[in-house]
Amino acid sequence: MELHQLELAELAEGLRKKHFSAVELTQALSPRLEAAQGVMNAFISIDSEAALQQAQSADQRRAQGESSPLLGIPLAHKDIFCTRGVRTTCGSKMLSNFVSPYDATVVRRLQEAGTVSLGKLNMDEFAMGSSNETSYFGPVRNPWNLGCVPGGSSGGSAAAVAARLIPAATGTDTGGSIRQPAAFCGITGLKPTYGRVSRYGMIAFASSLDQGGPMARSAADCALLMDAMAGHDPLDSTSHPQGGGRFSAALGRSLQGLRVGVPAEFFGAGLDPEVAQAVETAIQWFAAQGAEIHPVHLPNNAHAVSTYYVLAPAEASSNLSRFDGVRYTHRSAAPKDLQELYLQSRYEGFGAEVRRRILVGTYVLSAGYYDAYYRKAQQVRALIREDFRRAFAEVDVIMGPTTPTPAFALGAKSADPVSMYLADIYTIAVNLAGIPALSLPCGFSKEGLPIGLQIMGDYFADELLLGVAAAYQKDTDWHRRAPAWEEQ
Amino acid sequence: MSMTWEVVIGLEVHVQLNTRSKIFCACSTAFGAEPNAHTCPVCLAMPGSLPVLNAAAVDKAIAFGLAVGAELNHRSVFARKNYFYPDLPKGYQISQYEIPIVGSGHLDVLLPNGEEKRVGITRAHLEEDAGKSLHDAYPGESGIDLNRAGTPLLEIVSEPDMRSAVEAVAYLKKLHALVRYLDISDGNMQEGSFRCDANVSLRRPGAPFGTRAEVKNLNSFRFLEKAIGYEILRQQDILESGGKIVQETRLFDANLGETRSMRSKEEANDYRYFPDPDLLPLQLDAERIEQVRKSLPELPDARKARFMEQYGLPAYDAAVLTAQRELADYYEAVATGQDAKLAANWIMGDLLGALNKAGLEIETCPVPAQELQTLLARIADQTVSGKIAKEIFEILFQEGDSVDAIIDARGLRQITDNTAIAAMIDEIIAKNPQQTAEYRSGKEKLFGFFVGQVMKVSQGKANPDQVNALLREKLQAPAKE
Amino acid sequence: MEAEIVKRIAHLSRIALPEEELTQVAGQLERIFALVAEMQAVPTEGIEPMAHPLDLQQPLRADQLRPETPSREELLASAPRAQDGLFLVPKVIE
Ligand SMILES: [Mg+2]
Ligand SMILES: [Zn+2]
Repeated sequence: MELHQLELAELAEGLRKKHFSAVELTQALSPRLEAAQGVMNAFISIDSEAALQQAQSADQRRAQGESSPLLGIPLAHKDIFCTRGVRTTCGSKMLSNFVSPYDATVVRRLQEAGTVSLGKLNMDEFAMGSSNETSYFGPVRNPWNLGCVPGGSSGGSAAAVAARLIPAATGTDTGGSIRQPAAFCGITGLKPTYGRVSRYGMIAFASSLDQGGPMARSAADCALLMDAMAGHDPLDSTSHPQGGGRFSAALGRSLQGLRVGVPAEFFGAGLDPEVAQAVETAIQWFAAQGAEIHPVHLPNNAHAVSTYYVLAPAEASSNLSRFDGVRYTHRSAAPKDLQELYLQSRYEGFGAEVRRRILVGTYVLSAGYYDAYYRKAQQVRALIREDFRRAFAEVDVIMGPTTPTPAFALGAKSADPVSMYLADIYTIAVNLAGIPALSLPCGFSKEGLPIGLQIMGDYFADELLLGVAAAYQKDTDWHRRAPAWEEQ
Repeated sequence: MSMTWEVVIGLEVHVQLNTRSKIFCACSTAFGAEPNAHTCPVCLAMPGSLPVLNAAAVDKAIAFGLAVGAELNHRSVFARKNYFYPDLPKGYQISQYEIPIVGSGHLDVLLPNGEEKRVGITRAHLEEDAGKSLHDAYPGESGIDLNRAGTPLLEIVSEPDMRSAVEAVAYLKKLHALVRYLDISDGNMQEGSFRCDANVSLRRPGAPFGTRAEVKNLNSFRFLEKAIGYEILRQQDILESGGKIVQETRLFDANLGETRSMRSKEEANDYRYFPDPDLLPLQLDAERIEQVRKSLPELPDARKARFMEQYGLPAYDAAVLTAQRELADYYEAVATGQDAKLAANWIMGDLLGALNKAGLEIETCPVPAQELQTLLARIADQTVSGKIAKEIFEILFQEGDSVDAIIDARGLRQITDNTAIAAMIDEIIAKNPQQTAEYRSGKEKLFGFFVGQVMKVSQGKANPDQVNALLREKLQAPAKE
Repeated sequence: MEAEIVKRIAHLSRIALPEEELTQVAGQLERIFALVAEMQAVPTEGIEPMAHPLDLQQPLRADQLRPETPSREELLASAPRAQDGLFLVPKVIE
């Protein structure tokens, strides 16, 4: 088997047993990145030379007796994570020349664990999108069908992992941005409990919803990444003091007696029958392993999208004010005065979707509208969280589809922002509540597109979710199927 | 006409807290560094950077709250105030809006007429300072220096309780003294550590509040006084000619002594305050508050009471001497082991007078407390007379050196040798037979003439008590024979 | 959505809004607010607004200076215009 076909855990073992070195591994993967770029456009920056240096240092560390499981493991970061000395664009023209003077905590932690960063992954501009079509650096294509979107906003991450360019990637999830592309590309992605992964150096979209997480082929691989990524960060006030954990040690678990909640609200109108079929079959598999299946109700999920499109733009409108043309962003040519500098730099630097969301956010926070929109949405948010509280008093996990349909065609929804927003109908409530959820592959459509099963858990149930998913992946091989993009 | 208007004044004071590091990052707050030398990803608002609150800023806010008898909010919330300005790197200022850390309290202020007035404090909240724009160095451009961005501020908002410029100045001085007592700010007004905005309106006595103008950037007590004076006249003119006051922000121009409108800069402003999602609610537990309470220094009002009790000073003296922490410290150093009332007289009269004349403050006083104390000791042990002491003080103030060195070098030691004084007197009586005869025949007014002669001969150094006694003795002696 | 409101919001957001884009932008905002309006009908009386998923309190940082920092050169490296350690912008009129 070629190195790129191995899963992260297998690569870790190969490195540990010195079947190959980190340098050899990096040298095996780098040419594939370049080759795939013209086809898939999964990367914004590729830095093979820096990667090679990191690989050399990983090999040195191993020679000196270090043996951390991620030592020498190649991966890539979503271009939302600041990387010192390497351009960090967040998928935007605004930051197309920004070289960060510091590393995000996630980047630093993974670096300290010995990973090798091969480059920066494409994404929807400022993580605002569900198809990766809003990137200033062009859309990413789905390796299962190059005419389809990979999902978003972590579309580059999902596509690169699915295409076996890299064994793992980081992603971020504000309303489904890890899970939805994971589902569309047939990989496994975890949105952790809010506060377990530091947001320091992760360019903020909506601070109270954003959470970084791992994207890889299997839940076991995600757990290995979480071991390094998660943990308290004194630089992030919203980082949980008990955020860390030994995720990979919590994997081997029995499904006997596991209480699985199935919300009717996730199986209603709008759900593609093939997706429904695959997800129901997966849930039946859990029942067959001894899990108890219970109906649960999440009545306020119906309000999740509308609530989200008040709160997320509100926070974003303020978070994105720092991109003002003064210190490190795009600046319009020869502005005649300060106001023109602001107006033009922000008009030129932001794409249409980002501008739209800033306008929405400014509106809902402005005098006279705050109570009717922002405050109201915060109250509905509390109701959505309450739904989950009630449900998790009865069940251990909740299962349902990650997305209403498999990946859609490029351009299919880009004309109508609202239809794009509704693609996240099953993922958004999780962010509003702050609970963890993962998506893992559970089947394919007749057209050969992957289908994702979403597993949600209560606060700090991240380990449980990974364990449940890993148990499923021991017995199924959906996650082992690779797209034949090279032949398309 | 002006008798029929009542002025209503409320002050908003921005106090830079004297923490080592900034409020949300670990950069230095030191003044006067190279541009942008004290910056980092957080205070430059680099993408992805996040704020973490400085414990010392919280403790200093608590100290202030305790000192003004305020309610401390056990849960306060940081909010974002959104607006675009080049010296505001995030495009929003982190401040506190709905729930500030310090709730309502008060300050008792001594007015120059000796009356005491209680001024309400509405609230005080924590926020971050902005950077600076430098306008002169580059043609057509401004330079942005963000060293100051993120310096912790306590914004202290008073009730509209003041009724004259004098009251406003007295309040501001008391507040200034308080933050320095508490050591929560260096209070340096030139460097912008203590900045004042005034809300000024007029009304007929008993009527509801009038429309107010907010006057910005009053960076000295004198500017505050002048700006209020100007506003009173301006608003009076408008009201008396049937006009209406526009609610607006005005800037005080120190050169012209005028306030001018900032051209409705506020017009389009809508700050869109909302809770900062990068920060969690700030909780103050009883233990933290107690810790701060224990570390509080003696506050001005308590110190005043102690001065009255311990040093037997009248209320007015005690109030003046405790108005500034440095002055009170100075007084206590001088009064130690000396006549406490005499020490108070010297400091309130000679010292403050000399400082005032020289345009100096107690912190820059050229006479160390130790020297003034020595001087009082030399009066007490009769080394010098009170009159000579004033001369020595003048020399100390102008030229420095030490009391004892001045006495020795200039031969100012008092003459207390009775034989020597008697010899001088004998010589003077011999030289002035005419006056002596007149005195002895009942013209007692001439006694002063003889004292003057002795002081002249002794160059003021003869002990006055001894001179008096010996003179009386010798002038009267022959008449009795 | 009224053109005047859209213009005001764009100005508050400091985003230029060319006249020829106004109708389209207003139409899209209208669609989004139609979606959002659904939420406004939810009964929420007495519900405490949820600002944050974490029921934690703000942590405090000791008042200490950072031992090291990126150099000023590195911090200003991406500046569109800088000189003498200052960021430059068109003259700020006070
Ligand atoms: Mg303020
Ligand atoms: Zn800083």
